[in-house]
Amino acid sequence: MSKLISDKTKAVFLGPLSKNNPITVQVLGICSALAVTAKLEPALVMGLSVTIIVAFSNVIISLLRNTIPNRIRIIVQLVVVAALVTIVSEILKAFAYDVSVQLSVYIGLIITNCILMGRLEAFAMGNKPWESFIDGLGNGFGYAWILVVVAFFRELFGSGSLFGFQIVPQAMYDAGYVNNGLMILPPMALILVACIIWVHRARNKELQEK
Amino acid sequence: MNTNKNSYTLIYATVMVVIVALMLALVSSSLKGIQTANVELDKKKQILSSLNVNLEGQDAAALYDKYIVKELVINARAEVLSEAKGDAFKLDYIKELAKPIGDRKLPLYIAEVDGATKYIIPLRGAGLWGPIWGYVALNDDKNTVYGTFFTHASETPGLGAEITQADFKQQFVGKRILNDKNEFVSIAVMKSGQMAENQDQVDAISGGTITSKGVEKMLLNCISQYEAYLKNSNGGTEE
Repeated sequence: MSKLISDKTKAVFLGPLSKNNPITVQVLGICSALAVTAKLEPALVMGLSVTIIVAFSNVIISLLRNTIPNRIRIIVQLVVVAALVTIVSEILKAFAYDVSVQLSVYIGLIITNCILMGRLEAFAMGNKPWESFIDGLGNGFGYAWILVVVAFFRELFGSGSLFGFQIVPQAMYDAGYVNNGLMILPPMALILVACIIWVHRARNKELQEK
Repeated sequence: MNTNKNSYTLIYATVMVVIVALMLALVSSSLKGIQTANVELDKKKQILSSLNVNLEGQDAAALYDKYIVKELVINARAEVLSEAKGDAFKLDYIKELAKPIGDRKLPLYIAEVDGATKYIIPLRGAGLWGPIWGYVALNDDKNTVYGTFFTHASETPGLGAEITQADFKQQFVGKRILNDKNEFVSIAVMKSGQMAENQDQVDAISGGTITSKGVEKMLLNCISQYEAYLKNSNGGTEE
């Protein structure tokens, strides 16, 4: 077991959660971060789906890495990702129909998520399957927690609820409190992501350019 | 092995595509049956939702058989084409809507809730990003709305997607599709503060104007196909 959780794998897993976060540091996957964070629930499910798919496509590409012809490697990566996403969506349709209806657009969006291609190209092509799997999990969670934080603020201030449950009491609305409509619109996600990046860089001096 | 050779690249690509295609075909065909059953069950749930039936923890298929007493296929001239159970349910509404109005076959569901007859009309329209659809149930006067159900494929969460919420759907209950002169006018969806002329109205969703107007247009277009049927058997009230 000691080999499975060596210092290197630990770094591979923890890096993307903070110092090497795909959204706040590498600025990948911003498009879906805008699209699915108006409510907490889709943000959470999107985060989990991306985690699963990035982890498994990392493993597959890592297993194939020595056989993939260099000139068509991007196409091979894309085919693997697209096939995985299609299979996941078919399985959801058969066994979790309600979830698949809710996620209809987001599932397709996963294919276009830059984090996937980024990890396959930068990590899985040059590392062993186990490390690649960990790297996928790390990046998936790194992506997911930013989405959840952004969605938390957008849903709380934009709709006054969390996971669809009313949080802001009716008495406050009666007293004149109004939901912030701007929070629901996509630009607010960018502003919130920027705030997270700001705090993150202020606390980690080594991330700042000279 | 030299992985940069042209022949290797070609063979690799071919083999990969064949394997992936086979895999996807296998998954798709082996899950097809379960998926179709899910889609049908979901359609039954949607129809029942327009009757404000509580589906929580219930067998939707059994409830459907209990509430829906008749399924009709009619045309725009109010002629009944089929009364066989399942004909209306299996009809491809989207395909029918693409035909000229005279040739369309229209599904109509007749339900009985607590002894009263309800007429359920399927709806299909366009939102901002994609299709929206639903069902509207009319009371036995064929004029006032008993209940509605709306859903969508890809409207913006928090904005247009709010058409699925109970707050929005409940507004339609009791609204009339005919005006005081007994003319078909449907129901308007208006920005709050604006008034529609000579027709009942509900409030649009703020920030979801295009989707809200899509609902309005969908109600007008879809219910109007049934106008002849709804007025025909109204008998006495027609001039």
